Amino acid sequence: MKKLSLLLVLALLLGLALPAGLAEEPVTIEYWQYYFESKVALIDELIAQFEAENPGIKVNHQHFPYDSYQEKIAASVAAGEGPDIVNLFYGWVPKYVKSGVLQPLPAGSFSPEAIEAEFAPMVTINKFDGVYYTIPTAVRTLGLLYNKDILAENGYEAPPATLDELVEMAVKMTRRNAAGELELEGLTFQPDGQLHGFFRPVLLRLFGQAPLSEDYKTVQWNASEAGYEAFKWMTDLATVHKVGEVNFMTNDATAFRNGAAAMSIDGSYRLSALETDGTLNYGVAPIPSHEGRQSSFGTFWTNGILAGVEGKELEAAEKFLAFLTSEPVMRTWTQRIGEIGARTSIAQDEELLKDEKLAPFIEMLPVADSYFYVDEAADRKIVVDAVDMVLLNDMDPREVLDWAVNEAQALLDSYWK
Amino acid sequence: MRRMSPLARRQAAWAYAFLVIPLVFFLWIRIYPVFSSFHIALLEWDIFSKVRPFVGLANFERMLTDRVLHKALLNTFEYILISMPIGLALALAIAMMINALNRGAGLFRTLYFIPYITSVVAVAAVWKWMFMKSGGLVNNILTGIGLPAQPFMNSTSQALGVVASNVIWQGLGFKIIIFLAGLKQIPRTFYEAAAIDGASRWAVFRHITIPLLNPTIVYLTVLTGIQTLQVFTQVFAISSGGQGGPLNATLSMVLYIYQKAFKSFDMGYASAITVLLFVIILIISLAQMKLVTRKVEY
Repeated sequence: MKKLSLLLVLALLLGLALPAGLAEEPVTIEYWQYYFESKVALIDELIAQFEAENPGIKVNHQHFPYDSYQEKIAASVAAGEGPDIVNLFYGWVPKYVKSGVLQPLPAGSFSPEAIEAEFAPMVTINKFDGVYYTIPTAVRTLGLLYNKDILAENGYEAPPATLDELVEMAVKMTRRNAAGELELEGLTFQPDGQLHGFFRPVLLRLFGQAPLSEDYKTVQWNASEAGYEAFKWMTDLATVHKVGEVNFMTNDATAFRNGAAAMSIDGSYRLSALETDGTLNYGVAPIPSHEGRQSSFGTFWTNGILAGVEGKELEAAEKFLAFLTSEPVMRTWTQRIGEIGARTSIAQDEELLKDEKLAPFIEMLPVADSYFYVDEAADRKIVVDAVDMVLLNDMDPREVLDWAVNEAQALLDSYWK
Repeated sequence: MRRMSPLARRQAAWAYAFLVIPLVFFLWIRIYPVFSSFHIALLEWDIFSKVRPFVGLANFERMLTDRVLHKALLNTFEYILISMPIGLALALAIAMMINALNRGAGLFRTLYFIPYITSVVAVAAVWKWMFMKSGGLVNNILTGIGLPAQPFMNSTSQALGVVASNVIWQGLGFKIIIFLAGLKQIPRTFYEAAAIDGASRWAVFRHITIPLLNPTIVYLTVLTGIQTLQVFTQVFAISSGGQGGPLNATLSMVLYIYQKAFKSFDMGYASAITVLLFVIILIISLAQMKLVTRKVEY
């Protein structure tokens, strides 16, 4: 009896070992992104599709809360436990490249020539010394959201087309109660929300001033009278026209979502939240022009390969990245997530342009610029503090802008040294 | 040392064994990182780089001219100067009132303790909405009774007070419970003797209650001091964007360290500030223990 059971066990083991020995070890790569419900769900589906098409590769998908995402990456990379492919905000890339965290994209699938021919112009912001380190699936632009009901109540049928019209309409639609307290904002005013990203680069460009030099080494917000005018136009919204207040309804997105703001400058990423609410009657328009100029702010979450990845994992990562940035995937992404596929072919897609909420964002792609952040949090704080100095401390906008440029220049200098 | 029997010696050996294991763990998790951060304070490090150049005292020199750090220091002292006396006085007053109850003491104790066990972030979010300039609950009440609406978090002079009020409110529960325990162990005979001697209520309070509560007061003072000097969550949750604004009006030391370490990735400088904070807390705690402790004479 003992001999028989021993034979049985041996046979079992052999039976298990043989097929395993014949089949190939699947390569496993790890992909990290921040938690955003629709993105996480879609990535899971895409991974299933990719694994079906590539049987030798397994992709392990991990996601983390947005607030602690950067810290998580930093701590893991420092401990040598990072992923193979990481999804990053484009504004973090300069720092990551400088610290040697990312490796250049494999030239086979991602040559600079191919990228520049096929992708939206804003992706060039992540090019360093002629080399690309990251590539996005989709990008976002800034547009003008407006509450159709509030506009109609005030006799407006169409959103403003110029900055002057924007101010005029905002003033008319702003409502205050008997005590003078704001009840309804004409235009949201939240520097630490979307307004700082609107100021540079969009507002500066609309007034005719490029925010940075071509080599990204010099801050030029106050390089001409146009720069001062742009900054004053922004602070006037709160001090002169009084169409909005900082922290009204705690922030811009909350105010607009709850119908407490007539208009709001916000990004295409806001669409998914507004659609989920489902009750707001809102429209989307391109950012109003000024003196014949059009501009928008382009941001994107982009994918890079970590520096230590090599061999089979690197090949697998390259394949997965090519898949993630392929046209069909981008099309699905645009429809499901509300971000716009990063290839210029997507921007001209007839089907996608039929969506009246997405179309204005897509139309702005050719005029959308990104901004070279070396420290996004610090840069944002400079603009936020600058606005507060004018609003709370009654300082002269010209002096404040000069101060802000000095601070921003110091940031750039410490990066490029 | 008295001589121990073999049995006692064996028991002692077991005691040492059981004590050593958690001690090693504690040293590794709590003490070693402290020294590690002292070491990082002497380096320049952005978390990602393998290379960490030694820069000596450069990080500490930088602290001398960092205006934002000075503001954070000032704010942190302001937090402790505002919230400690008010928090302790309020807690003591409430504890004494609860102590005087015949019925319902348990109910009030529970009610006052609930804020302490509520999520700090949740309460801070409610505070933010309550103190909104337009449409917030507090301003609605103020304008309702004819007073002008206040800017609160939109004002550099009022913002810190708003955050401090949240810190005080939520910390009350714990202090009340500790004070209650302290009050209960004052022997009734003292109060009875004072009543016979005809002492006034204030005299009783000053000469019996306070002195006999001294150990409790010292304990709460040191504990609150250490906690308040490290205030972070409330500032992060109530100030707009978690920046310690407006214009650094609410910025605390720990929030500044957090910003420098995990937003700017300037680990060397952030570690240097933690060393400074460590020294400050150490000095203040020692000072409090020395100054507040009184030998109790029965």
